[in-house]
Amino acid sequence: MTAGFQFDLCKRNQLLESKGVKGVSVTKTGTTIAGLVFKDGVVLGADTRSTSGSTVADKNCEKIHFIAPNIYCCGAGTAADTENVTGMISSSLDLHRYATGRESRVVTAMTMLKSHLFRYQGHVSAALVLGGVDFRGPHLFTVYPHGSTDSLPFCTMGSGSLNAMAVFESGYKDNLTREEAVELVANAIKAGIYNDLGSGSNVDICVITKGHVDYLRNHEYLQGKTYQRRQPVVYQKGTTAITKESLVSLSDLTIQDGDATAMDTS
Amino acid sequence: MLAPPPFRLHTPASVGPANASSDNTRSRPAWSPYDDNGGTCVAVAGSDYCIVAASTRLSTGFSILTRDCSKLFKISEQVYIASAGFQGDVRALQKMLQTRNVMYEHIHRKPMSASALAQLLGNNLYYKRFFPYFTWNLCVGLDPEGKGSVYTYDPVGSFERVGFSCQGSGKDLIQPVLDNQLKAASPLVVPAKDWMSALPLEQAQDLVRDAFVSAGERDIYTGDSVEILTITKDGVNKEILDLKKD
Repeated sequence: MTAGFQFDLCKRNQLLESKGVKGVSVTKTGTTIAGLVFKDGVVLGADTRSTSGSTVADKNCEKIHFIAPNIYCCGAGTAADTENVTGMISSSLDLHRYATGRESRVVTAMTMLKSHLFRYQGHVSAALVLGGVDFRGPHLFTVYPHGSTDSLPFCTMGSGSLNAMAVFESGYKDNLTREEAVELVANAIKAGIYNDLGSGSNVDICVITKGHVDYLRNHEYLQGKTYQRRQPVVYQKGTTAITKESLVSLSDLTIQDGDATAMDTS
Repeated sequence: MLAPPPFRLHTPASVGPANASSDNTRSRPAWSPYDDNGGTCVAVAGSDYCIVAASTRLSTGFSILTRDCSKLFKISEQVYIASAGFQGDVRALQKMLQTRNVMYEHIHRKPMSASALAQLLGNNLYYKRFFPYFTWNLCVGLDPEGKGSVYTYDPVGSFERVGFSCQGSGKDLIQPVLDNQLKAASPLVVPAKDWMSALPLEQAQDLVRDAFVSAGERDIYTGDSVEILTITKDGVNKEILDLKKD
């Protein structure tokens, strides 16, 4: 087994596609994500809708991923790619910290992400906003699916990036306070939630400062259902016919104590 | 190498569709006359009422064009058309039906019945069989006996009278729920069965409201608000229910 993806079935799939077989559809996080550098740290924000075509696949997903205790990363694009690419870099940095005994740097995470994404020429579709605080201070990067990066005081990504950027462009100032920064990021994400159909539901926020992280999951819970049914459907008992019945009594089971067998790790 | 001329050339090949002789690669149209503006319509026929409802969001791609656009079109006090799909074609269709209804009223001194309008709409959709109106319609009203009637269409004019129906972007989510809850048989089955909703009015309204709120949770093109009209012999009741704005 070699490292990396397996491409064994690419030729077969190409043949099937030429014969008119449709490929698989993947869950895209049509997304609004944003990041902002403030006086003493970084604020990251994300909406919580994930879509598959025009249907909402998840109404409350997590798009702010853990990279290291001092680094987090927002992901837009194909859900599987953002989750796996951040997970991979997170575990590599974990090993790197064991080897060096030092706190991870944000540039290290950024470089690892961009080299992985560049290797796959944009086929790993992850558009990321990476933020963290290391011994050099707060850092904020955007990483594009093809492997290019930007370092900016404020940035947005995803299908709602233009809506969020409009809010940033009108409200950003250098050296914002923590409260101002959180409010500005939340407003930017809300612009995406309300005006971009790919984004929706709630606002997640992550505030990273020197030696401290506040992960504010569902910082703003926006809107519940607008109508509850007055006469809800009640299915009578027996609506689904029972064809067979068997009972297994768990009280008769005995738990055997014995020597534990080592896991096969070969 | 010759430098390019400092002015624009109007070469016939560069305007309009690429022709096969100068372009060996397969070409596709650069522009489509159609768009899908989303939206959902629902109609339920009862023994003495008819409910017709439609969401008011108008969108294209991932953007919202407006949050307040009615998809219901009044033909007369008792007859309405609900349309989802491409708003440009919806408006063209409504304009044509309105004109035809005015002409009908001048000739017959009464507005069109639901069944007459249903046939007219079917004919006009099929008239554009090979450049269709990109619309999904419901024709709704009370029949001469005062019973609710719903006609459901495809874009090229196949239509059928049914007890309830759903059209548009939320159809896949709502139609199976209506099938399960209203249990109305097809009007074509032999021996004939009751194919209209047996539900009392309040329960049917409750079901329609819940259907839209639930579709709004999972369909990105259904949201903002829903317009619900209840047609009875006493007149029309209009209700607007808020949906989620995200």
